[in-house]
Amino acid sequence: MDLDDSPEQAQYRATVRSWIEQHRSSAPPARGDAEDAAYIERRRTWQREMAEEGLVGVTWPKEFGGQGRGPLEQVIVNQELNAADAPGVIDVIGIGLMGPCIIAHGSEEQKSRYLAPMLHADEVWCQLFSEPGAGSDLAAVQTRAVKQEDGNWALTGQKVWTTNAQFSAYGMCLARTDADVPKHKGLTMFIVPMDAEGVSTHGLRQVSGEAEFNEVFLDGVVVGGDEMVVGGVGNGWMTALTVLMFERVMIGLSAEGFGYSADRFAPALAAVPHARTDKEVRKRFGQLSAELLAIRFAGFRALSALENGQIPGPEAGLSKITTVNAAIAAGELLADVLGPDALDESGEWAYMISFLPGLKSAGGTEAILRNTVGERVLGLPPEPRLDKGIPFAELRAKEKQAVAS
Amino acid sequence: MNLSLSDEQVFLRDAARGALSRFDTLEAARTGLEDAATLPDLWPTAVEAGWPGMLIPEDAGGAGLAPFDAMLVAEEIGRALAGVPFLGVLPATVLLAAGGDDRLAAVAGGQTRVAYVPARPPGDLDEPEWTTDAAGGGRGPAFQAGGAEGALALSGRAAYVPDAHGAELLVVIAVDERGEPVAAVVEAGASGVAVEHVQRYDATRSLAHVTLEGAPARPLSCSTEDMGRAWHLAQALIAAEAVGTVAAAHEMMLAYAKERFTFGRAIGSYQAVKHEIVEVLRQLENARSLLFYAGWAGERRPEEFALAASAARTSAGGALDMAARANINVHGGIGATWEHDAPLYFRRAQVTRRLVGGHGDAADRVAGELLLVADAAQG
Ligand SMILES: Cc1cc2nc3c(=O)[nH]c(=O)nc-3n(C[C@H](O)[C@H](O)[C@H](O)COP(=O)(O)OP(=O)(O)OC[C@H]3O[C@@H](n4cnc5c(N)ncnc54)[C@H](O)[C@@H]3O)c2cc1C
Repeated sequence: MDLDDSPEQAQYRATVRSWIEQHRSSAPPARGDAEDAAYIERRRTWQREMAEEGLVGVTWPKEFGGQGRGPLEQVIVNQELNAADAPGVIDVIGIGLMGPCIIAHGSEEQKSRYLAPMLHADEVWCQLFSEPGAGSDLAAVQTRAVKQEDGNWALTGQKVWTTNAQFSAYGMCLARTDADVPKHKGLTMFIVPMDAEGVSTHGLRQVSGEAEFNEVFLDGVVVGGDEMVVGGVGNGWMTALTVLMFERVMIGLSAEGFGYSADRFAPALAAVPHARTDKEVRKRFGQLSAELLAIRFAGFRALSALENGQIPGPEAGLSKITTVNAAIAAGELLADVLGPDALDESGEWAYMISFLPGLKSAGGTEAILRNTVGERVLGLPPEPRLDKGIPFAELRAKEKQAVAS
Repeated sequence: MNLSLSDEQVFLRDAARGALSRFDTLEAARTGLEDAATLPDLWPTAVEAGWPGMLIPEDAGGAGLAPFDAMLVAEEIGRALAGVPFLGVLPATVLLAAGGDDRLAAVAGGQTRVAYVPARPPGDLDEPEWTTDAAGGGRGPAFQAGGAEGALALSGRAAYVPDAHGAELLVVIAVDERGEPVAAVVEAGASGVAVEHVQRYDATRSLAHVTLEGAPARPLSCSTEDMGRAWHLAQALIAAEAVGTVAAAHEMMLAYAKERFTFGRAIGSYQAVKHEIVEVLRQLENARSLLFYAGWAGERRPEEFALAASAARTSAGGALDMAARANINVHGGIGATWEHDAPLYFRRAQVTRRLVGGHGDAADRVAGELLLVADAAQG
C-alpha cells in the first residue's frame, strides 16, 4: 500500500508547485461572481496560462493538446492549486465532460476543431441536456432537431439549468430526431454554437441570488450539417450516458475542489471556544469529518484502480451522495455554532450553504443515483416502467391525459 | 499510488477466511448464547495461522507485519462472527515488542497468551488523565502504579476487557503517582489479580472485568506514544472487524431482496428496500476507504494514526449499527426470530458499539484531533 509520490510524480509535483508559486500573484480569486464579465475574463486568462504550461487536460492524449499523463498527475495539479488557494479551470464542463466526450465519440474533424480552443478557454462549453420536462428522465427531452433540405439541422426547444451558458461558445445539446420510436432511440447529440441566430440565454437566479445557470431557448437554430452531430444520428442516448458517467465521478471526487474538507472547517470551529468544548458539536463534527476523510480515500482507491487498469468500484459513484450530505452537515453545524452571522451573504459560509441544496440534484439526484447503484452495481431489479417500447409521441399523449384526468 | 492488496496480503486474507470456514461460526454464535461450552476454541486456529505473532518483529520470533495486515484478518473474523482471541491480543503484542519483553518468542508462537488491558489516552480536552472503561458504563480512573523501589504493584479496575479471560499475561496501562502512564506486565495467576469472565448479549465476544489489588507487575519500557498507539490499534481492529460483519450482512440482505417476492415483484425492486441496501453499501465503502487510511497512517504517518483509526471506527461503527438493523428489516418477520442469522449480526453490533471507549468516543476524538491540527496551523 503506497500513497506517496513516485520519484517521477514528486518531480512533476515540484514543477507544478513552482509554476503556481511564480504565477499565483496574477491569478484571480478562487471564487467570484459568475455574472461579472471582468472576473470571468480573468478566469479565462488564468486557464489559458495554465493550458500553455500543460496544466489543463493533463490526462488527454497528446495528439489533442493534452499531456497524455495519468489521472494521478491531474490530481497532483488539483491538489497543488487547492493548496495555493488558486482557482482551477473556468470551463469545468468542457474540460471535465465535453472534451472527454468528443475524444470518446467525436469525429477526427471535431477533435481537431474543438479541443484546442477548449483547453485554452478560447471557447467555453456548456451542457444543454436538461429541459423543463426532462431532468432525471433525461431521455424525455423534447427539443426537436429537423434535417432541412440543404442537409442542415435546425433545432427548436427549451433547455434549463444550463451552467455557464452565459459565457459559452458552444453547447452540447441532446435533441430528438425521431419521435416515432421509443424515447431512448430517437435522440441525437449536437454541437450548438451559442452565438447562432435563434439562441437566447437568460440567467436564472439560484438560492444564493447569483445566476450561475440559465435557461436557453432554441428557436429554429440552424447549427450546420452532420459535422455538428457527435456520436452519430440516433445514438444520442449512448453519448449522453458517457457524459453523465464523467459528471458523477467528477462531482463525487471533487469534494476538495469545492472546498468541502475537514481541514477547512476545523479552524472555523477551533476559533470558537464554546464550540470546542460542546460535546454535541464535537460529535457532529467528528462524524461529518469521518465522511469527508472517507471521500478522500475513496478517491485514492478509484485512482489506484485506474492506475492499475481497473474500473473504479461503486464507491466512486456513491461519493457524490456522501460529499453533498457531509458538506450540508458541515454548513448546518457552522451555522448552529456561529449563529445568523454564518448566513451573512458577504461571509465565507452563506454561499456554500445556499449552493448545496441544488448540488444534491445537479449531475443526477440522490434518489436517481441510489437507483442506478442498486440496479447497475448490486443487480437489484428495476421498478416496472410504463414507458418501455412505446413511441415517444404516443407516450407524451398518454402523460397529458393522465395529468388531465 | 497503489492501494491494491499485495499477493501476500491476498494470501493472508484468503488463508484467514479458509481457516475460519472450517467451523460453523454462525451456528456457534447462536448456540453459544445458551450454552457457552458449545463455543469452539479458536485459539489453536489463531496460533496455527500465526496471528498472535503477526505484529511482532521477525527477529523476535514474529512475522513483522503491519497494522493493515492485522486489519485484513480482523475483517475475516468479523465476517464470520468468529469468537477468536485477536482484538485483545494484538495490541498487547505490540506493547511487549516495544518494551522488548523476553517472552516475545513464546507470545509470538502462541505458547503464552497475552491480553491488552486498555487505557484511553487523553484527548485534546481531557486533563492529562488516562481512563479505563468502567463497569456499569462510562469511564473510570486508570490503574494506579505504586509499590516500593524495584517492586512495581498495580491496583485498579477495568471492565469489559476483550480476550482477557484465558490469557496468561496481562499487559496493563497504568499511571504512576505523577499521573504519567506506565506499561507493565502482570501474570494472570499472580496474587491480587482477578479476571472475571463476563458474557454480554454476544456469545462471540469474550469479555472480562480485570481487578488488580497490589498485583505484582514488571514494567515495560514503552513510550507514551506506544501506549496511545495500542489504543488506536484496537480502534482500527474494531473498525476492520465491523467492515467484515457489514459486508456479510450486506450480502445476506441483498440475496434475500432478490428472491423474496411481494405484490408480484422482488422486494429489491421497491425503492424503499433498494435505497436502504444501497445506503448500507455506501456506508460500507466509506468505512473500507478509511481502513486504507488507518492502514497507511499506521505504517507511514504515525502522527495521523489516532485520527485515521478513530475515523475508521466512527464510520465502520455507524455502518455496523445501520446494517445490522437494515438486515433484520429487509427480512421482515423471519429476520426477528431466534433461528435466523440476522439477529446474530445485530447482537455483534450492539456489543461492539460499546467496547474499548465506545463508538461515540471515536467520533469525539476525530473532532479533537482535527481541532489540534487547526490550532497548530494557527501557531
Ligand atoms: C446547480 C445545478 C446545475 C445544473 N447544471 C446543469 C447543466 O449545466 N446542464 C444540464 O443539462 N442540467 C443541469 N442541471 C440539471 C440537473 O441535471 C437536474 O436538475 C437533475 O437531473 C434533476 O432533474 P429535474 O430538475 O428535472 O428534477 P426531476 O427529475 O423532476 O426530479 C424531481 C424529484 O423527483 C425525484 N425523482 C424523479 N424520478 C425519480 C425516480 N425514478 N425515482 C425516485 N425519485 C425520482 C428526484 O430525485 C427529485 O427529487 C443542474 C442542476 C443544478 C441544481
